[in-house]
Amino acid sequence: MSVHTWTWILVGITFTLYFGIAIWARAGSTKEFYVAGGDVSPLANGMATAADWMSAASFISMAGLISFMGYDGSVFLMGWTGGYVLLALLLAPYLRKFGKFTVPDFIGDRYYSNTARTVAVICALIVSFTYVAGQMRGVGIVFSQFLQVDINIGVIIGMTVVLIFAFLGGMKGITYTQVAQYCVLIFAFMVPAFFISMQMTGNIIPQIGMGGKVEGGAFLLDKLDTLHTELGFTEYTSGTKSTWDVFAITLALMVGTAGLPHVIVRFFTVPKVKDARKSAGLALLFIAILYTTAPAIAVFSRTNLIETVSEQEYKEIPSWFKNWENTGLIAWADKNGDGKIQYVAGDALSGKKPVYTDARGINGERLISNASTEKNELYVDRDIMVLANPEIAKLPNWVIALVAAGGLAAALSTAAGLLLVISTSISHDLIKKQLKPTISDKGELLAARISILVAIIIAGLFGIYPPGFVAAVVALAFGLAAASFFPAIILGIFDKRMNKEGAIAGMIVGIVLMLFYMIRYKTGLIGVMEARPASEWWFGTSPEGFGTIAMIVNVVVSVVVSRLTPAPPKDVQEMVENIRIPSGAGEASSH
Amino acid sequence: MSEKQKHASAYWKQNIKYLIILLSIWFIVSYGCGILFREELNQFRLGGFKLGFWFAQQGSIYVFVILIFVYVRLMNKLDKKYGFDE
Repeated sequence: MSVHTWTWILVGITFTLYFGIAIWARAGSTKEFYVAGGDVSPLANGMATAADWMSAASFISMAGLISFMGYDGSVFLMGWTGGYVLLALLLAPYLRKFGKFTVPDFIGDRYYSNTARTVAVICALIVSFTYVAGQMRGVGIVFSQFLQVDINIGVIIGMTVVLIFAFLGGMKGITYTQVAQYCVLIFAFMVPAFFISMQMTGNIIPQIGMGGKVEGGAFLLDKLDTLHTELGFTEYTSGTKSTWDVFAITLALMVGTAGLPHVIVRFFTVPKVKDARKSAGLALLFIAILYTTAPAIAVFSRTNLIETVSEQEYKEIPSWFKNWENTGLIAWADKNGDGKIQYVAGDALSGKKPVYTDARGINGERLISNASTEKNELYVDRDIMVLANPEIAKLPNWVIALVAAGGLAAALSTAAGLLLVISTSISHDLIKKQLKPTISDKGELLAARISILVAIIIAGLFGIYPPGFVAAVVALAFGLAAASFFPAIILGIFDKRMNKEGAIAGMIVGIVLMLFYMIRYKTGLIGVMEARPASEWWFGTSPEGFGTIAMIVNVVVSVVVSRLTPAPPKDVQEMVENIRIPSGAGEASSH
Repeated sequence: MSEKQKHASAYWKQNIKYLIILLSIWFIVSYGCGILFREELNQFRLGGFKLGFWFAQQGSIYVFVILIFVYVRLMNKLDKKYGFDE
């Protein structure tokens, strides 16, 4: 059977499963809608958190990014897993003890202020929308490649699907759909990894195969280092970023992970404080399965790519190359006219994306109008590495289709989780807590559903007009989370003296600074039209790593301002003492 | 200070101690072995891996998982000791 048929079958089966679950787990009350009734088991919550959190970026882009970045890619691996240690040790148990629905809820009550609540809502919305944009794009890419539809139509299909299960089930529906999606995505990620690891190193476990030997007796990583050096790239295991920047990005990603509202909210769904700790551990365990496999896939696919294309005649190239060329994610310009693909260090294009003309070259390649003057002839979009990997390694068609189903599971589960945070922020933290406290449970539920609908439409627009590489966009959302929430929550738990003046000032300074830096150095909208070059970065910090600096500024501002202003009221201090001990957590409640 | 408050502050103190120890390990394996001292560690090898590179791409993740489960165990014991168990 063809890949196409297999894809329809597997995507059809998995989607039927998700819909079945969504209908089975329909939410009837706000409590079910926001926190799934608060009785999810730690195991289910661990899986749901893993799926919620492992996005299109983790599934589709991450291995590809690492594949091109080598050692520098470690920032994603350590950053996105190390944050769970912070989450488990510093946040999850206390927030569960606090027992409300959302992060702005905690901020609003802890800092006895609706201003603080509103600032937190705005931060949650900015973070969630930045993040969800990447997911929708991921959905579009997967649909367009495997179902042969336009990327924009793919985005619209994705929007409809998320809408149905988020709309019906709220957190309850999403939780159990995410459990199913975790199973689909991890299976889909591991199967090709097993195959390829076996093919290349004779060891079926990719984590071990990565350090194994290839034909001829050399270690795979040494071979890849040699290939890289020969073609003029930096050694794969060395990387090009400065030590400080690697440090800063890793820290921003870790802290950002711990501050992401859609992940934090998952810890409100388990019955006890104990369960919150345990489910954080289980979530990381489930995530680690994918995260230790990704660097292995990166190494396998990098080696495979170089060996398949380097110095090969275009006419002899396997069909996957031409398929991806047709979708616009690979481009080749025969600069020296030898009909062979020269893949060496340097940019193949004089822009970010290839600009195709309608014509074909003498070898049958799609001609591009923006080839650069550098020697490198090949442009490969990083996002295709995981999706194309099974084809490059010549795996059976059903495996290729499985990867498509897995990518969709990853993107949809995260999008659903984020959209729920967005809708909760609006219906609960804005409408119920501030604008119209007298609203009935039913009215609030309706408001939540309407805000999901609006959020999905906005997210879809982001997906159709994407702001950049999927993973790069997501990385910035982490910087925003690091710069805003994290200090306010941590200080709220560990510093009894922290008051509303301090927290509000800190959050505002943090997020404004981060937004300014991100817009100035990533897009260049402030001041001049072009993004500012790396040489002008403050302290040599990239926009992705700047969350670390913004977070430190946030903490300093919070602490200084809080010491200059009155201490928080007695009942708030008592509340802080109360959340520090686990007993008597009771259920998550709205009042 | 009531008996319960004494328990609560002793419990909190012990909790902070655990956090400092566990987060130090967290910092050493990731920022230490994986980033700051990776060049030095790369002189040693773990099979086909240079050691610093291994810590950065795999080793630290294994340690993270273990750290959380150690924390869960320690805290469950602590909850029982001070009677804050649910």
